Amino acid sequence: MAVDPVITPGAAQRAEVIPAEAEARDYTPAIGPWKLALRRLRRNRVAMVFAGIFLAIVVVCVLAPVYAKHVAHIAPNQDNVTGTIKVGGHVKDVVSPQGLPIGPIWQSHYFFGADQEGRDVAVRLLYGGRTSLEIGLLATAIIIIFGTLFGLLAGYLRGPVDAVLRPLMELIWSFPPVILGVAVGTALALGGIGPIKGNSLLIPAFIIGVIYIPYLGKPIRGEVLRLREQDFVEAARAQGMGPWRIMISEILPNAASTIIVFVPMMLAYAILLEAYLSFLGAGVQAPNASWGTLLSDGIQIIDTTPHLALIPGAMLVLCVLSINVVGDGVRDALDPRAQVRIKT
Amino acid sequence: MARFLVRRTLSAVALLFAVSVVVFGIFEIIPSYNPARAIAGRNANAATVQEVAHKFGLDKPVYAQYANTMKLIFSGEIIDYQNDLNVVDQFRQRFPATLSLVIPAAILWMLAAIVLGSISALKAGKFADRALMVLAILGVSIPIFLLAAVLLYLLAFKTTIFPNTGYVAIGDSPSQWAYHLILPWFCIAVLSVGFYSRVLRSNLLDMVNQDFVRTARAKGLSQRKVFRRHVLRNSLMPIITMFGLDFATLIGGAALVTEAVFNIPGIGQYEAQAIGNLDVPPILVGAMFTGFFVVLFGAVADIVYALLDPRVRLTG
Repeated sequence: MAVDPVITPGAAQRAEVIPAEAEARDYTPAIGPWKLALRRLRRNRVAMVFAGIFLAIVVVCVLAPVYAKHVAHIAPNQDNVTGTIKVGGHVKDVVSPQGLPIGPIWQSHYFFGADQEGRDVAVRLLYGGRTSLEIGLLATAIIIIFGTLFGLLAGYLRGPVDAVLRPLMELIWSFPPVILGVAVGTALALGGIGPIKGNSLLIPAFIIGVIYIPYLGKPIRGEVLRLREQDFVEAARAQGMGPWRIMISEILPNAASTIIVFVPMMLAYAILLEAYLSFLGAGVQAPNASWGTLLSDGIQIIDTTPHLALIPGAMLVLCVLSINVVGDGVRDALDPRAQVRIKT
Repeated sequence: MARFLVRRTLSAVALLFAVSVVVFGIFEIIPSYNPARAIAGRNANAATVQEVAHKFGLDKPVYAQYANTMKLIFSGEIIDYQNDLNVVDQFRQRFPATLSLVIPAAILWMLAAIVLGSISALKAGKFADRALMVLAILGVSIPIFLLAAVLLYLLAFKTTIFPNTGYVAIGDSPSQWAYHLILPWFCIAVLSVGFYSRVLRSNLLDMVNQDFVRTARAKGLSQRKVFRRHVLRNSLMPIITMFGLDFATLIGGAALVTEAVFNIPGIGQYEAQAIGNLDVPPILVGAMFTGFFVVLFGAVADIVYALLDPRVRLTG
């Protein structure tokens, strides 16, 4: 069965009207648009490789406590300034008398070396990854839920709801994310909001989520504005469906491919923005570590101990890069002609 | 044209009002934020805090505080809380450094994007195209401060090809000015080039099959002329709008991370310090400054758009 490869799943669903006699004529069954997109994605070898890399990073970071306990035998915040370690038969200081930590030695203890306090960089890297990924996923969940909700409500109900939501989203959108994030992040880090403490991970996740809501909400609103004028929505209205039911069972499934394209992209941007905020002191607060805080601590002393900046940096870039490559693959699979853009 | 300018000016005033109210509002809403305490320092006692609050007029109602702040901003007398410096003077002194950073970087990335985007559209699917794709994805995956720090480590510390941060005014020594800014320009440009050239590439590919391109070929124009006058010219439109917005936010201080890493005394660096200290006046002025440039370059982009495409009428 020939299906136009550039057709979007939503459009394909609408076009998929099979004549009654088709079954009788022994046609091969049609492939659904989602299945087709999935097949296109699976054939994209580069995207699959990077999906594997991303999953590996996630698994390793989730297993951070296991690594700390059974391989490195040291807790993430445990310092060891005066300790020594055997490297190839020689005993070496973890931190030299001059205060220089040992570099990567590629063995179970101090695999990636130590920092100035004698903490194990590999252990901290994995724990930091957990933090970064947790914040990224939480922020993405906030963006997807509220971006979709605001887009649906503003686009379908229009009128006063749109008059409130649209300027709100425009306003957030018109600020550069880093500036807005740092301003709010610094303010909230001082005293937290309500029961949430200033150094809670929920604060950066919440800020990043709110900042990026319009980046999804605006395109969804546009999509919904287009969809609500279509005949099938008119038909649903004529049948007497209420606005909520139309939004959820008629419009949402047709906007789903747009939302899915945004998931990996928002995750990548959320993880990056966390790094920017932490670099400027408005993201993750001590004693928590994230890739962003490790990286910004390392960059201050990159001249003497480059491994403290390069290792978290490489990990962050590899993670964000693989999400972006997978995201590109997902977009190509769902809608090869789509163009989406976000600023940092 | 006159109508266009009037409307844009009105919407600029409305936006600046909204931005100032929101920035002011954010710091009012945040429960833990007490500017008087921030100014007085962490160990100040209640009496000192109250004295400070009175001195800066922070014990007045919110609308009075807002009106007073706006009056100070527009009379150029606004003082920051942290260092007792005149904010408008600071912006005036620091603006040349930001312009030195942003304008050449923007020219660099726009030219590179046009050249590279054209090459990759003409050679779609070939090596150059794929290499650019990799650059584009890397560009949106690397935080600029990491790229900057690694370049500084390799090119200014390990080998001393470039100076290790710092800034020289163009009036003092144009060659030293450029020498100190090459790395920052490169950092800003390289991360944007990939994305811009990808967008241009897909616009170009969409444009090649348009009827007017076929007409241009049919009337006997050379391939080169068809590409330059018809295909490229029409493909530049979406890029110009993007460019206007990005350029505006960078000039308004969004280059703060680059300025911080390379120690360039621009307005971004000042804003970054202000944000770190929760110093409201510079943050407020900075936000309005950015808003002003966003509106200005939005209008400029629309005018350029209309010049490139005679069908477009300037409205709104």
